[in-house]
Amino acid sequence: MKILYGMQQPDEGTISVDGELVSFRSPADAIRAGIGMVHQHFMLADNLTVAENILLGAEALHGMGTAARQRIAELEGTVGLQVGPDVLVERLGVADRQRVEILKVLYRGARTVILDEPTAVLVPQEVDELFATLRRMRAEGFTFVFISHKLDEVRAIADTVTVIRRGACVGSADPKTVTSRQLAEMMVGSELPSPETRESTVTDREVLRLTGIRLDAEGGGRPVLDGVDLVVRAGEVLGIAGVEGNGQTELVETIMGMQRASGGTVVLSGTDITRSHTLRRREAGIGYVPEDRTRHGLLATQPLWANRILGHQTRKPVSAGGFLGVLDRAAARRDTERIVEEFDVRTPGVDVPAAALSGGNQQKLVVGRELSGDPVLLIAAHPTRGVDVGAQAGIWDVLRRARADGLAVLLVSADLDELIGLSDTIKVMLRGRLVADADPATVTPEELGAAMTGADAEGAA
Amino acid sequence: MTHLRTVLLPPVLAIVFAALLCAVALLISGDSPITALTVMVTQVGEGTTAVDIVNSAAIYYIAGLAVAIGFQMKLFNIGIEGQFRLAACVAAIVGGALALPPVVHTLVIILVGAAVGALWASVPALLKAYRGVHEVISSIMMNFIATGLIAYLISTDSFGVLQGNNISTDPIEPTGHFAGISFGASGTIFGFVFVAAALGLAYGFMLNRTRFGFELKASGESPTAAAAGGVDARRMVIVALLLSGAMAGLVGLPELLGRDYAYTLTSPQGYGFTGIAVALLGRNHPVGVALGALLWAFLDKSALALDNVGVPREIVLIMQGSVVLSVIVAYEIVRRYELAAEQRRVAAQLRAAASAPAEVAS
Repeated sequence: MKILYGMQQPDEGTISVDGELVSFRSPADAIRAGIGMVHQHFMLADNLTVAENILLGAEALHGMGTAARQRIAELEGTVGLQVGPDVLVERLGVADRQRVEILKVLYRGARTVILDEPTAVLVPQEVDELFATLRRMRAEGFTFVFISHKLDEVRAIADTVTVIRRGACVGSADPKTVTSRQLAEMMVGSELPSPETRESTVTDREVLRLTGIRLDAEGGGRPVLDGVDLVVRAGEVLGIAGVEGNGQTELVETIMGMQRASGGTVVLSGTDITRSHTLRRREAGIGYVPEDRTRHGLLATQPLWANRILGHQTRKPVSAGGFLGVLDRAAARRDTERIVEEFDVRTPGVDVPAAALSGGNQQKLVVGRELSGDPVLLIAAHPTRGVDVGAQAGIWDVLRRARADGLAVLLVSADLDELIGLSDTIKVMLRGRLVADADPATVTPEELGAAMTGADAEGAA
Repeated sequence: MTHLRTVLLPPVLAIVFAALLCAVALLISGDSPITALTVMVTQVGEGTTAVDIVNSAAIYYIAGLAVAIGFQMKLFNIGIEGQFRLAACVAAIVGGALALPPVVHTLVIILVGAAVGALWASVPALLKAYRGVHEVISSIMMNFIATGLIAYLISTDSFGVLQGNNISTDPIEPTGHFAGISFGASGTIFGFVFVAAALGLAYGFMLNRTRFGFELKASGESPTAAAAGGVDARRMVIVALLLSGAMAGLVGLPELLGRDYAYTLTSPQGYGFTGIAVALLGRNHPVGVALGALLWAFLDKSALALDNVGVPREIVLIMQGSVVLSVIVAYEIVRRYELAAEQRRVAAQLRAAASAPAEVAS
């Protein structure tokens, strides 16, 4: 996709648009050829209005005056954006932000729009609305390249499906006839495991107990977390569902000690760790798979074995201990090789920098590291986000095995199938509060989606 | 290391580029670059130049290490200058006032120097950690305060004594000197040269083998990942700047304990800024900084000979400036290129590994 959008140059091969051979040296070239990209992570300036965001960098097209506003008004209808052009982007929800992103590329004259995982951040209802818009635009003659890991969605929206595995096309399929399972098997190249775990391994032993956790917002206003109580027991996977931005990130960071709770207590295996530092919490046996591995999980330019040390710098085997805190590099390498072997990290060796691995392999490395050193609690935030189906199945498998071994898992995910499939209990988070419980054995993604958006205040249970 | 090319290519490219630039400048001004280079190289064998280069390089090296400690976590301790000058001044005053047995006397002076350097760095460190004040701003200000404080300390009203036209602190007794190695007419190598080498080894060990070094690098590479990994950002800022300051406190000591034995109005300045250039040249690597320091010292000392053949000695300043600029550019280009190459290499190896069994099967 980076090549198609001009962010990287191909080593060989050609691209043609409308039958004409083109070569893109930069995204500007791609835009000129009528190709626009909507990234998975939105690229919007929060403190500017919708119109300003659209015009940013495209002032030369229609100026910044009436002509530009008129064009935006025309396009707003096309993408089904309901809010006015003068609303600040920070006031918009995810679905509207996404429409602003699509509007942005249309404004630049795109006829072909690349959508990278557009549904990852949406609840089911919003996905339906997006699809309705896309179908309408398709009827108007727009072309879409829709990239997704969610196979049902691909089948619902696409006219043709192409499966890419490890950088190579492995085949095409007709979405009318192919099943999700067949698609998934093309993607992994083998039989696909599902996230189902049904036989309960939940014990009575409390591992994590949060009581009345509150986190005040910077600069006042509604608290980011408000009166959060939850208990995770050994052998239990507790799932947290919620639309992103409702406090899940902060909840995880509060448990990890990266943010200090304004009120309430965090108790791990009977010890109060509310005021402990992150390193103490890790030493006490919390493993942490962060939602953004490049920001919080890995040192991109450091070799894999150095990444193995991160978070374990005071513990065996990578630390030889002593007053100076001497690190045992040989042990770090050995243990990284173990992780590579055990968690099927595809890499030529442990000396390559972490950035050289694909997202899925980076994630497997992170998961492997966080399960090292016998943790009692694993906090997994979106553990399979942005990873390929093969790695996803591997990570699910690892989580299941760890749970069977008595690990307590707090799972935060936007993938409702994953939550329902892996969790023993699901709690729904809305505006910093746990608003509903759901039983994963009976709940459907649609019911969860309703609870997440507050549409069903009674909860999904 | 595996990536010898990554390590060596940028500085070599940069030096070649800077030399070409200087050659052009010389040609424009009507001088021969070949003559200039020959004169500079032959100068190394003349008089005390070789020893001077080693001595200066040791000083630059310590200053470079002081800067490099901060650079590892992207902290820019621009206050090395003030820290080293104040430390040298106070160390000279304390050393001149004390009467202690040999070795102990020297050690006390060294410890005082390190302590004063760390103390002076503690102000920007605490401001940065607890108030978010940018260390560049606060440490520059501390440089000015140090200048004023030194002027006061060595005035005749406080600790200074008038010696001819110069004001100086009380000279340190021979018990406090740091003996060097004499090469007769070729000069005397400071004993502190070996201390500098030991500091380099300690720095390398700290960086690559200890938890602190790991946390330092992790904080520099990604503060967010470091925080998630349990690195205390605030503590790291304080410790890194204090260490940097302590190292800076030693910069003035080779000359104080090996040649001058007193701090005077005319005691040298500017090593702090040389240290920044040297650390940039050496990419904060213990060996790299040493090579950078040697190059810098060579340019400084050999330049003196250029006047004899009528070549303006300022050409060396052009060389120094352009080499630092081009080395930064070259490192960045090579780094990006190598990362992209590495990603391609990994992808290619994995493809090969994946297709091999398939071929066997079919």
